[in-house]
Amino acid sequence: MIAIIDYNMGNVGSVRNAVLALGAEVALSSKREEIEKATHIILPGVGTFGDGMARLTDSGVIPILETEVLEKKKPFLGICLGMQVMAEFGEEGGRHKGLGWIKGQVRRLEIDEKELCLPHIGWNDVVKKTPSSLFENVISCVFYFIHSYVLVPEEKSNIIASCAYGEKFTAAVEKDNIFGVQFHPEKSQKSGLTLLRNFLDYHA
Amino acid sequence: MLKTRVIPCLTIKDGRLVKSVKFREHRNIGSYISSVRVFNARDVDEMIFLDLDAYEKGMPVRLLEEVAKECFMPLTLGGGVKTCKDIERILKIGADKVAINTAALEKPRFIQEASRMFGNQCVVVSVDVQIKEGGYEVFGRGGTWATGRSPVEWVKEAEDLGAGEILLTSIDRDGTMEGYDTALVKSVSEAVNVPVIACGGAGTLDHFVEVMKDGGASAVACASIFQYTQVTPQNVKEYLLKAGIETRI
Repeated sequence: MIAIIDYNMGNVGSVRNAVLALGAEVALSSKREEIEKATHIILPGVGTFGDGMARLTDSGVIPILETEVLEKKKPFLGICLGMQVMAEFGEEGGRHKGLGWIKGQVRRLEIDEKELCLPHIGWNDVVKKTPSSLFENVISCVFYFIHSYVLVPEEKSNIIASCAYGEKFTAAVEKDNIFGVQFHPEKSQKSGLTLLRNFLDYHA
Repeated sequence: MLKTRVIPCLTIKDGRLVKSVKFREHRNIGSYISSVRVFNARDVDEMIFLDLDAYEKGMPVRLLEEVAKECFMPLTLGGGVKTCKDIERILKIGADKVAINTAALEKPRFIQEASRMFGNQCVVVSVDVQIKEGGYEVFGRGGTWATGRSPVEWVKEAEDLGAGEILLTSIDRDGTMEGYDTALVKSVSEAVNVPVIACGGAGTLDHFVEVMKDGGASAVACASIFQYTQVTPQNVKEYLLKAGIETRI
């Protein structure tokens, strides 16, 4: 069973629909019993860093995630804001503390905003940096992005793929059993469903 | 490189898929769910789904659920979105973005509330424009309410309040297949920094190139051309690519 963390933040419905389409069982929840039972955990998220962290804190799910992901090493995938909150700090709407699972911070894309639109919305090329099981069998490495902020990990070895929009930024991270993607696999058609399949097939 | 999005736009009235001409004569063109399935199978970049009755009758939650289950591409839902609660419901169902139109015109601060709560990437402000004496004018309530506002001023205000994208529809060109209102698109895309999706009027492949090159649109939305002709989203993307505009093939 796959736990999709529901913390009233964003497009949980579309992540659930995609995982269901892959034939997996899903629990949309922030409850300990259900997250304990799950084999894999997905943290989706659309919205601002500060709100996201506040809602995660309010939902009481953070200590549960720390036990399941950091101690028990369950495979974890953060999507978009769900990846960003793994950083130590985020700068969106003031400086906010993150989960601190990945060393680094989240800042606005540094681009010439007269030249390029923000948010960065649309399909963009993802360039793989180091081989990762996450991208296995992904034929067309073009994914759907929708964001204005990016994760900047301190340890470059955490970055497994990058993307370019005005500047080169982190498209995907991997650290032990922890994965994060800036794009939306649940919205990236076949390529995205393949990536999600890879995550569900991953065993630490 | 960022690809130009080609976005089929589906409109629903009385639970059926319809296509209008200049926001009138809504012709029933069949089942929305089979249309959604076809577009999903065709691997389209994105889809916009608008319920024309929803402003009065409320959001058709079950219909939206049905649609979201078939969509593994970005999905914008619109029609009758009036409160942050509505947005929360729509996102729970499986949408990624919401299109806000009349409610934003009636209460512009709604844009701000929505973007603060859900992030501006989630808030598409839909702007319907018609040519009137004296120039372009923004219309609300499905083209029936002349707001007296100019589109350029309105989109600037909407951007300041937190709109993440503008869906710009020309009422005059809607369903005519005579081409986008490139001058309108140009004036709006020059006024804001957020992406502008041009909608209304696509009838030939050249129309897409025109609105991208001369109008400065970030994305193109259309309906009739995919319903009434043999042209597919893939044809459009291949044609744009040949014209030097990056697309996802």
